[in-house]
Amino acid sequence: MSKKILLSHGGGGEETQSLIKDLFFKHFDNEILLKMEDAAALTMNTNRIVFTTDSFTVSPLFFNGGNIGKLAIAGTVNDLVMMGAKPKYLTCSFMIEEGFDYKDLETIVITMRDEMAKSGVMIVAGDTKVVPKGGVDGLFINTSGIGEIMVEGISAHNLKPNHSIIVSNEVGNHGACILARREDIELDTELKTDCASLWKPVEALIEAGVKVVAYRDATRGGLSAVLNEWAETSKICIEVDEDKIPVAPEVKGICEMLGFEPYEFANEGTMVLCVEKGEEQKTLDILHKFEETKKASYIGKVNDKYENRVVLNTPWGSSRFLEPPKGELLPRIC
Amino acid sequence: MPKVDLIEGFRNPEHIKALAKLIKKEVTRKINIMEVCGGHTHTIMKFGLPQILPKEIEFVHGPGCPVCIMPKERIDHAIELASMPNTILATLGDMIRVPGSKTSLQKLRAEGKDIRSLYTPLDVIKIAKENPEKIVVFFAIGFETTTPMTAVLLDQIIKEDIQNIYLHINHVTVPEAVDAIMGGGDAKIDAFLGPSHVSVITGYKIYEQIVEKYNTPVVVAGFEPTDVMESILRIVRQFNAGQERFVDNEYARAVSREGNVKAQELINKYMEQREHFRWRGIGDIPKSALKLRDEYAKYDAEIKFKDVLPTKELDDHKLCICGQILKGLAKPYDCKVFGKACTPTSPMGSCMVSSEGACSAYFKYGKLVAKGV
Repeated sequence: MSKKILLSHGGGGEETQSLIKDLFFKHFDNEILLKMEDAAALTMNTNRIVFTTDSFTVSPLFFNGGNIGKLAIAGTVNDLVMMGAKPKYLTCSFMIEEGFDYKDLETIVITMRDEMAKSGVMIVAGDTKVVPKGGVDGLFINTSGIGEIMVEGISAHNLKPNHSIIVSNEVGNHGACILARREDIELDTELKTDCASLWKPVEALIEAGVKVVAYRDATRGGLSAVLNEWAETSKICIEVDEDKIPVAPEVKGICEMLGFEPYEFANEGTMVLCVEKGEEQKTLDILHKFEETKKASYIGKVNDKYENRVVLNTPWGSSRFLEPPKGELLPRIC
Repeated sequence: MPKVDLIEGFRNPEHIKALAKLIKKEVTRKINIMEVCGGHTHTIMKFGLPQILPKEIEFVHGPGCPVCIMPKERIDHAIELASMPNTILATLGDMIRVPGSKTSLQKLRAEGKDIRSLYTPLDVIKIAKENPEKIVVFFAIGFETTTPMTAVLLDQIIKEDIQNIYLHINHVTVPEAVDAIMGGGDAKIDAFLGPSHVSVITGYKIYEQIVEKYNTPVVVAGFEPTDVMESILRIVRQFNAGQERFVDNEYARAVSREGNVKAQELINKYMEQREHFRWRGIGDIPKSALKLRDEYAKYDAEIKFKDVLPTKELDDHKLCICGQILKGLAKPYDCKVFGKACTPTSPMGSCMVSSEGACSAYFKYGKLVAKGV
């Protein structure tokens, strides 16, 4: 039987990684792409810039605390910011299904305008396609972005023993919020997405000269995917304490009910930071000043106990590896 | 969402540590405890409980994962049904990931077949109403916990006179499976952790026969780590107290002796015991599953689509030891293909497929301990 693309190939876990590595990297092989950072760091004349792209296909298009437009701006802005760059210019493509409500589109566009104002970016080029019914599910958006590197050397390859790991917010809110809104689950919850542009807090960290080793926004695959990717790219072990990882009670509840791990849920405005030893308090003090990062928490340390591994310690003295997320997220049966 | 704490209190580190201390202090003999339910296997591994328990306490992972015990030929049933023209197949959770003899529902879905993974069986009604020109088959799986939902579904189908839904019933029952494991005589099990959610429906009375027949304590336990630890302490104390063995109910906040009588009545109204059901890895167990009663045969997909359903019994790959694991005779690490040829991404045996399967739990949560750290 011929091989097919499964939904799990887009889940952000192991299958996504193998699709990227075995197909895309094989044929698009180049040194910059293979660095696997959130955005590519480039030199144009003598200017250092970062460049990235992302497509947004979320369903439902509107959810508690945001919509696809907010995601499309915050997602690409954050990919640039995670490289220590000031986000500058975006392009935007709309793929719209025939019959889509004009008013909804306008609401989405206005949300995008407002989200851009938060980090001072502009959409400077765009494209619009309308496809026959069924061609896309309502609306897909692609955004690409360019940013100006403000601080050099931010990279997922530089983690070393004794570095500290900080997470900027509660984890799993976006994933749980979308899941609860899914047609087949329909949970009644006040939970809001964490969707936010992270330029302001990161700008403050850069201005204060905090020694940050790496930033990564914990999107698909969540905290677990970020920590595992870092452990792998830097060939180190990251050891985190379960009781220090902030998780909203509603998210815990949804996870328990459906059999998921909050660490595997997507976030859209929550980043993981690796900082040098001694920089923890300074980092937290700055992050706590901003609404979108006020629940930031120190969660653990880098060490060399293992290579490519993440260890999760429970508060009662047992531990386990936090495995990278795998497969499609399916609710448990009973 | 109302602010009622149903989690933190049952994961209080001080309580868990205190219970571990008491168990360590009081245990006087080696006790092999079978947790019947896959949900308990998950809790035990996820929270690393063996790491804080004394070596006298050994867990044996039982057959209580509905996806794991489904024989391949019945997965092929689902695949054949989903392949029928003009058909939507609906089922629960990770059933769609399990490979049958040739393919899985997940792969079939990627080829364009309409396969839905549901959270609640009642969504079948909505799907059937939205697609009146199509046949909707609900592939019903699960132990006593999910059976009432299927009974409610049939109840609704009849009340609303919906014509395009058929049910393929694979509901299995706990007591017969436990009896089959113990009856073989080779299983080394001293006590049982009784399932949480199954017992909510059935009541704990269903375990009284097991205690009587095999002289083993059964403690019905909740799914949280303090539940499991408290239940182990109660097992230890039952052994220490003397000869009398009984069914104990730690999960009293949800389980009674009689259970959910209304749910039981609804099940009895629509379903009856099958003479036989083949369990993956264990083999044939008499009266261990349910089917629709004859008067509801017109809703029975096994009867309606008899001609397309394969009948050949299919066994697992020779190297797979899921059967031994389900009987408590082996651990996932004893398997030659565990974590190598058999992983959650490409499972060879059923225990690796479902997140409630023993192998999957060991793969996901157990590797650090396997390294001897």
